[in-house]
Amino acid sequence: MAVDAHALNGAIAVTRFGLGARPGEIEEAARDPHGWLKAQIVSAGADQPAAYPLPAPPPPAKLLIPIASTPAAGPMMGGAPPMGPPIPAPPPFQPVLLSFVPGEPLPTMQAAYRTFSLYQDQTKLAKGDNEARKAAAAPIYQAANEEILARARLAATTPAGFRERWALFWSNHFTVAAKDTPVTVAVGPFEREAIRPHVFGRFEDMLVAASRHPGMLLYLDQVQSIGPGSPTGIKRAGKVGLNENLGREIMELHTVGADAGYTQADVTEFARALTGWTMGGANTPPEQQGAFLYRANVHEPGPRTVMGRLYGEGGDDQARAVLRDLAASPHTADHLARKIATHFVADDPPPALVARLRAAYLKSRGDLSQVAVALISAPEAWAPAPRKFKTPYEYLISSYRAADTAPRDPGKDIINPLSSLGMKPFAAPQPNGWSEMGADWAAPDAVVKRLTWAQGFAAANTPQTPPPDEARSVLGARLTDKTFTTISRAETRPEAFAILLMSPEFQRR
Amino acid sequence: MTHPSLTRRAALAAALGAGASSGLGVTFLGGAAMAADYSRKKLVVIVARGAMDGLSVAVPFGDPDYLPLRQAIAIPTDQILPLDSTFGLHPKLKTLYALQQAGQARVAPAVAIPERIRSHFEAQDLLETGGAKMYAASTGWLNRTLQAAHPGRPIRALSIGAQEPLILRGPAQAESWSPGGRITPNTNRVAAALMDLYAEDPLLGPALATGLKVEDQANMLNGGKPLGGGDVKAFAVTAAKFLTAPDGPTIAVLSLDGFDTHANQGAVQGQLANRLGIMDDVIAGLQQGMAAQWKDTAVVIATEFGRTAKVNGTGGTDHGTASTVILAGGALRPGGIVGDWPTLAADKLFEDRDLAPTLDVRAVFKGVLVEHLGVDGRLLETVVFPNSRGAPPVRGLIA
Repeated sequence: MAVDAHALNGAIAVTRFGLGARPGEIEEAARDPHGWLKAQIVSAGADQPAAYPLPAPPPPAKLLIPIASTPAAGPMMGGAPPMGPPIPAPPPFQPVLLSFVPGEPLPTMQAAYRTFSLYQDQTKLAKGDNEARKAAAAPIYQAANEEILARARLAATTPAGFRERWALFWSNHFTVAAKDTPVTVAVGPFEREAIRPHVFGRFEDMLVAASRHPGMLLYLDQVQSIGPGSPTGIKRAGKVGLNENLGREIMELHTVGADAGYTQADVTEFARALTGWTMGGANTPPEQQGAFLYRANVHEPGPRTVMGRLYGEGGDDQARAVLRDLAASPHTADHLARKIATHFVADDPPPALVARLRAAYLKSRGDLSQVAVALISAPEAWAPAPRKFKTPYEYLISSYRAADTAPRDPGKDIINPLSSLGMKPFAAPQPNGWSEMGADWAAPDAVVKRLTWAQGFAAANTPQTPPPDEARSVLGARLTDKTFTTISRAETRPEAFAILLMSPEFQRR
Repeated sequence: MTHPSLTRRAALAAALGAGASSGLGVTFLGGAAMAADYSRKKLVVIVARGAMDGLSVAVPFGDPDYLPLRQAIAIPTDQILPLDSTFGLHPKLKTLYALQQAGQARVAPAVAIPERIRSHFEAQDLLETGGAKMYAASTGWLNRTLQAAHPGRPIRALSIGAQEPLILRGPAQAESWSPGGRITPNTNRVAAALMDLYAEDPLLGPALATGLKVEDQANMLNGGKPLGGGDVKAFAVTAAKFLTAPDGPTIAVLSLDGFDTHANQGAVQGQLANRLGIMDDVIAGLQQGMAAQWKDTAVVIATEFGRTAKVNGTGGTDHGTASTVILAGGALRPGGIVGDWPTLAADKLFEDRDLAPTLDVRAVFKGVLVEHLGVDGRLLETVVFPNSRGAPPVRGLIA
């Protein structure tokens, strides 16, 4: 049976470029698949997730006692009175839960920092009391859960699936992961402040915003890097120094790529140029706390040479100038073109597609809206056979879209299943982010985990539509006869829905 | 003055019963492996991701430059678990130390991949593909081992974890398992329908078939109870039980991450110490789970590269070159440090910053494959590690 090209392209637009079909979406896209996608490119960038507030957890009893008074031993502790002068009573612990108001924007990095700074003060007071430390960290993990839920709900419900996928791609490109408690509060604000506004703007702007955001500065240790020849570096010689982590990863992962021919000397020089880029901490005025801060007294003085270019002493602007040149480099165009093509089209993407994206990047001077248009316009991107295997996040989100519902509980609905599939949200194990390769997500164990999850999900969320109609609505012209038949033969409606979610065409895009 | 490298050399040569005049820290013997029964042998390969700081694993406390270079992140001499007059283990590696005392663990302190790369991702690729150069191979060397080990009678491998690592990727289907699966009668019915649906799917068909089999087995090994993800040791025990089950796989692979300690690395306690504690728990779990078959087991732990010799400005270390490879298991031949010690002297550091490698990591892997699994020497050079003649197998690692 010949497939109507328009119908097939509608299904491809929604599943390969977007995040999977909600009911009726494929029909809508099929009227004009290219136009449907291009209309999602807007200069304002990606949408911002809105809060879906969780019921505040009851504060653990531990929080109700002043943590630092442990040695003073209330009747509960039963200890001896403290030796020496009395310890001044610390303020009672007041967990500051960030406010998540329905429909309001989520808290900024600076607001998030306040929660972290309180956590720090309280853990200091808690000393070895593990229960008290855990209680102090609770608001931070609560905030991360809110972020994870808000973001997944946006993906599950947005009518602009391509726009959201494009944002998720860039967020993974500039990975910031919760490797420790301070970074945990920053992951959500980082994506919302440094990535989403810039996804259809100039790459250089996103690069600068990402490289200067406290989330990235914390994640790749830049906040601690101090030029050995700077005033602070000289004063504290032997105790402080350079940290080249951010400089290296910007070059290798974010811009020119590892094969661009730079050397260790280039990395070190760039790291020197980056010194001074840091975050306002506890000893700065409140308006600077948790915000980007250039500290001249830790900046390594002098000119720098990076990849053959000389950068005169320029303080804060020196690293910016390096970023400008890195963003404009043809190596960066190559690296990004290949990565976009790999994400959207195939693990081993057609060279012609990579060339088109590269050319669009260079011609538009890194205008990402033009690169997105080039991707949509490329015939290679519309090949009928799906060549991408969905990542666990894509799989989970597209399942919610297929069921026309959205997650409600960050633990049960998102974090637990994704952790068991090896993709715990906000926790990519390394700065290169989550893999774009199908083979990484289709290990035997992972396929079994998908199956058990799909069955549980179907049992709770099966739509009331007759299964064959549901299958057509979710996969459109991509639905194969074989899958259609298997679904029609299922014993129960949830079983039919589970088979749909596990079908080869649903797991691919 | 006795140069540390000479001490190492003499000790090793003595351990191997070879002449001290060979001029090499490791003895390279030619010839085919003895005809032996390898069918009971088990190999566990652990990839420590993020660049494990070898100088904190096999701590060269006897090297005069160690303390000045490491300063606040140096492990105090009185806390080190001593191996000899130069090296000791990190205090968190208690199980490994007990094994070493029993002649069942060894360390190679200055090992590197064949190319000098400071990118985690490229270096992990090279470590796992076993190529002589970047991009020389796209499949994992353990996958190629599956076919090379017994031509005509391929052995099997199991990957422990939610993701399949590159080291096992390739044409031979590997099994994989991680805690948390739950098979019910309903699953079985849907699974049967899916097996039909996947009949012509080259990715999903074999994956589901293998996955279901392994999951069944895991439940049996745990007395029908699914295993949670939190307990590292229990996890390693179960992993080991897969290997010892009747007709179980020969090889298991797992990854440990979190070794990228650019800042606040810590010393006896801290970030790196926590990761090493987990690693030690994994070794303990493997030993416990292998039980009687521990005597047939070799465990190899390798990382993509080491870290800078000198502590950096932020209490951590940056990407370096040589690091430590750990060998453990009842199948090991007792012995001292593996390979030469280049020392941490300023003029010996690679590019004035890193511990210099004296041994190619492929030489260690090859030594284990020949002596432990009986992999044919010719296949080793052509199929498993092509273009690796410059890195002949390290002999004498396995009893």
